[in-house]
Amino acid sequence: MPNTDFEVRSLDTMCVNAENRPAKWYANLKYLVVGIAFGIVFVKAEVISWFRIQEMFRLQSFHMYGIIGSAVVVGMISVWLIKKFNIKTIHGETIEFHPKKFNKGQIYGGLIFGFGWAITGACPGPLFAQIGTGATVVAVTLLSAIAGTWVYGYFREKLPH
Amino acid sequence: MNFIEWIKQPWPWYVAGPLIGLTVPILLIIGNKSFGISSSLRHVCAACVPSKIPFFHYDWKKEVWNLFFVAGIFFGGIIAAQLLANPEPVLVNAKLAEELSGYGITNYSGLVPVDIFNWPALLSAKGLIMMVAGGFLVGFGTRYAGGCTSGHAIMGLSTLQWPSLVATCCFMVGGFIMANLVLPFILSL
Repeated sequence: MPNTDFEVRSLDTMCVNAENRPAKWYANLKYLVVGIAFGIVFVKAEVISWFRIQEMFRLQSFHMYGIIGSAVVVGMISVWLIKKFNIKTIHGETIEFHPKKFNKGQIYGGLIFGFGWAITGACPGPLFAQIGTGATVVAVTLLSAIAGTWVYGYFREKLPH
Repeated sequence: MNFIEWIKQPWPWYVAGPLIGLTVPILLIIGNKSFGISSSLRHVCAACVPSKIPFFHYDWKKEVWNLFFVAGIFFGGIIAAQLLANPEPVLVNAKLAEELSGYGITNYSGLVPVDIFNWPALLSAKGLIMMVAGGFLVGFGTRYAGGCTSGHAIMGLSTLQWPSLVATCCFMVGGFIMANLVLPFILSL
């Protein structure tokens, strides 16, 4: 099999986050803490609510547009500040940004994800939070999403990109 | 109203949105990580069932931070539900409530409607489509698109990536088509 690793990565925006600094497993606990805070916000702002997603796709509420819009504005300002003042990580490294390349997957995959989003009322993040709130059956949805990712990987070479 | 009662109310968008946006610089500053959640699904595949698929052959252990992050989201869900739960039913737009009552969805006790998402419903056609097929589309679509709402809509737009704008528009178009044109048929099953 030819080494397609470089090609695979160039098509995909993932795997840009690999940890190359040697560290113990507990160095990852800081991400757990950020995740917990993030999960609480998700639940308290009802981002994980199936009802809120239905309202969004029927233009019946501004709530989700306000959340996504203000999150993007805060993210943009933060990124601008990081670049402008050359802010480093807590380990003193330069912060890296990874340009995303366009491919048709963003259109086809985007539409497919949109279908799934409107049905389940959840993107991948809220699935984890929904299970945490006690909707245990959503674990089935999550497993199915993992299966969907796997099937994409299996057919990847045959799909238009 | 005391602090606990106050914080138990649903949080408005102008509080939650900026907090979610702050995740972008926090992850960059604490570890040079680009915000993204759907990647975690790929890492699970790489860790558990890589088979002989090149897409799943990489050192997932170097990406394990992402699994800690989503585990945190799960625990955050537990904490919010156990300690900070809103005692009132979920409020929704009256038009939506009217439409949903036509499909027998009347229980607003949880953020996830128990009338659709419950274990016995897995044996029905509607439940299978909503939970199993819906989840499959989420996992397949996000990886095909190279990201989800976090990786494209928030991280991608924050860094002014036009491919992420294309992806975000397609998410919304797909959602509008499904919610308005297809979902009514599924909910009537």
